[in-house]
Amino acid sequence: MISLILSGVFNGLSVASILLLISIGLAITFGLMDVINMAHGQFIMIGAYVAYMCGNVAATLFGSSGAGNAFVVALPASFFIAAAIGWLLERGLIRFLYKRPLDTLLATWGVGLIFQQAAKNIFGAPNVNVRVPGWLGGTLQLGTLLALSYARLFILGLAIVALLGVYAYLFRTSRGRLVRAVMQDRSMADCLGVRTERVDAFTFALGTGLAGLAGAALCLLGPVGPFIGIDYIVQAFMVVVLGGVGQLIGTVGAATAIGGLSSVFNLVYSVSIGEVIVFAAVIAFLQLRPAGFVRGRART
Amino acid sequence: MLFPSRTNPAADATLTNLNRRQFLRLGGGIAALTALGGVLAACGAAATSAPSSGAASASAPASAAAPVAASAAASGGAGSGIKVGVLNSLSGTMAISEVAVKNASLMAISELNKAGGVMGQQLIPVVQDGASDWPTFAEKTKLLLQNDKVAAIFGCWTSASRKAVLPVVEQLNGLLYYPVQYEGLEESKNIFYIAAPPNQQIIPAVTYLLQKGLKSMYLLGSDYVFPRTANKVIKAQLKAEGGTTVAEDYTPLGNTDYSAVVSKIRASNPQVVFNTLNGDSNVAFFKQMKAAGFTAANMPVMSVSVAEVEVAGIGTDNFNGQLTAWNYFQSLPGSVNQQFVANYKGAYGANQVTDDPIEHAYAAVHLWAKTVEKAGSTAVDKVRAAANGISVDAPQGTITIDGPTQHIFQKAMIGQATPDGQFKVVWDSGDKPIAPDPYLKSYSWGASVTGS
Repeated sequence: MISLILSGVFNGLSVASILLLISIGLAITFGLMDVINMAHGQFIMIGAYVAYMCGNVAATLFGSSGAGNAFVVALPASFFIAAAIGWLLERGLIRFLYKRPLDTLLATWGVGLIFQQAAKNIFGAPNVNVRVPGWLGGTLQLGTLLALSYARLFILGLAIVALLGVYAYLFRTSRGRLVRAVMQDRSMADCLGVRTERVDAFTFALGTGLAGLAGAALCLLGPVGPFIGIDYIVQAFMVVVLGGVGQLIGTVGAATAIGGLSSVFNLVYSVSIGEVIVFAAVIAFLQLRPAGFVRGRART
Repeated sequence: MLFPSRTNPAADATLTNLNRRQFLRLGGGIAALTALGGVLAACGAAATSAPSSGAASASAPASAAAPVAASAAASGGAGSGIKVGVLNSLSGTMAISEVAVKNASLMAISELNKAGGVMGQQLIPVVQDGASDWPTFAEKTKLLLQNDKVAAIFGCWTSASRKAVLPVVEQLNGLLYYPVQYEGLEESKNIFYIAAPPNQQIIPAVTYLLQKGLKSMYLLGSDYVFPRTANKVIKAQLKAEGGTTVAEDYTPLGNTDYSAVVSKIRASNPQVVFNTLNGDSNVAFFKQMKAAGFTAANMPVMSVSVAEVEVAGIGTDNFNGQLTAWNYFQSLPGSVNQQFVANYKGAYGANQVTDDPIEHAYAAVHLWAKTVEKAGSTAVDKVRAAANGISVDAPQGTITIDGPTQHIFQKAMIGQATPDGQFKVVWDSGDKPIAPDPYLKSYSWGASVTGS
């Protein structure tokens, strides 16, 4: 019984870390920039396919035995490639749509469909298998009944690193200050000489890059195929909206809350019922606090 | 508060103040995107249009059928040809599985045509897209039967699509050949079930596990009709034959988090997991089982919806040694199967694999053709009357139509996954094929499932 409770706690943390990873990029593109980025899931997919490609390239260059270790390279590669594609998307499309959030919804949904179809044509419709390092395959055995998998611990660590990195960037660097200034009051920042266009592109690229990073990390536990974006997009939006749009700390709280709740209900009931209860709880909470966990400082 | 704070009256002003150059730039961007879309669509068409069969395009069945019709005319074939329908999801979530089934049907049709057709007439395939949408399946069935007057329809995958097509084929007296294992409990006089009901797949799998001494089972499935009905059957069988159900657990289709399920499996410690998950969830489940230290050695899993096509995505090292129950594996010996696999790879690409639904879809066309030859007519009532005892040497072995149930006699097999992503047959039901029993009438406990 004790071990079931302990494994429940670990599962809760693990699910929370996965949710945080897939939503932290959206917390930036949607939360800070007000772009309803429906292609967020497809950026996760891009990250996953980058990891797949890295493994394959390593296998052809160095033989298949140690090719899993390419995963270490795949993490930064997926971040930068997804960020680069995000930058292009911002310059080519999104920048025409600021101040029209509903139009960004439609436009990015379309872009997401294009990405999805492109992945299907390049890699085929069935799921692919990503080579991952052998040393992430084991478990940390605590007692007889509690086994913590290294893959889950790794994702937990990566989520914390990503969170601290984003926090440090936004709140401890001068460029981060520019980002916050532009997002809070664009015209004032413009007046003060900030090159807002450049900041926009950079911020959007950061958000999509984080989605790519999440995609590479999730190869350890989830499927990799053209349609995985759809599996993650709803969860990501749920976390960001529940946390309070524009509030990084709220995103962390929401991911932890949803992860914990779903872990409890999935253990006590089935995943099917657990999901329904979590959704109901989120809706009830948003009825009481429509702005989410942390109320944003609305400027009009 | 989805769209807070930044509702700015200046937004409209910006739109109207677009000067000519900005407008042109925007237009250029859109044009570029559209062009990109066009290029991608062209790639898509190139990727899906199969090299051999002259019909791959769903949106243009007329043009797809044209080459075949032309060749019929050229060879001076008698009559105007026989139209047959091929109805599968070529778009949407089910396309991932159903495109392969469509390809198999078309391959069989093209083989028959090369061998002189059916009753001396060439077959003209009319391909329709069910688009993973059940009302669309019903609508396209109506179209095939009323407009194209097809002699038979091959296709469907999900039980939901079959149940949508059923009333239409019954009302218009058409014929559907259905190629995918399913939950049983159905006999329509307008459907031939070229697929395994539970007594040719699930029940033998449970019996196999019980004989191996794996008596306590954890039932895990996706939350819809097939897994729920299958688990009803399994629970009744376990109760009657001395096994125990440790837990019955469902996750939504598309679910990717199995942490809680894995914890519950660890806590309840069953001897085997009986897995009726479908789709992407299988990948997440097996990866997370492996990550938690569960492999075939310490926690065997019997699956009924994981075939060769799915194993590649799961990762062979995550699936090695696990068990599946089917009626066909790509690795089966025999010249018929080797020829079939070679032809399929030749037509659709060397990296393609064949699996159970693909093989059944292929065999279904040949069964229909042989029935028509015997009946001397494509009329539905004559075909139905002639069907009993029709038999073909399919890649899986000899299969025979059972007239009364309109199912087939076939062998059941258990395969164990090998490191190359194929299966080694570890058990089969012997030389005598199993008679189909969709309503479980031959089992003493069957009534508790069918409720009769």
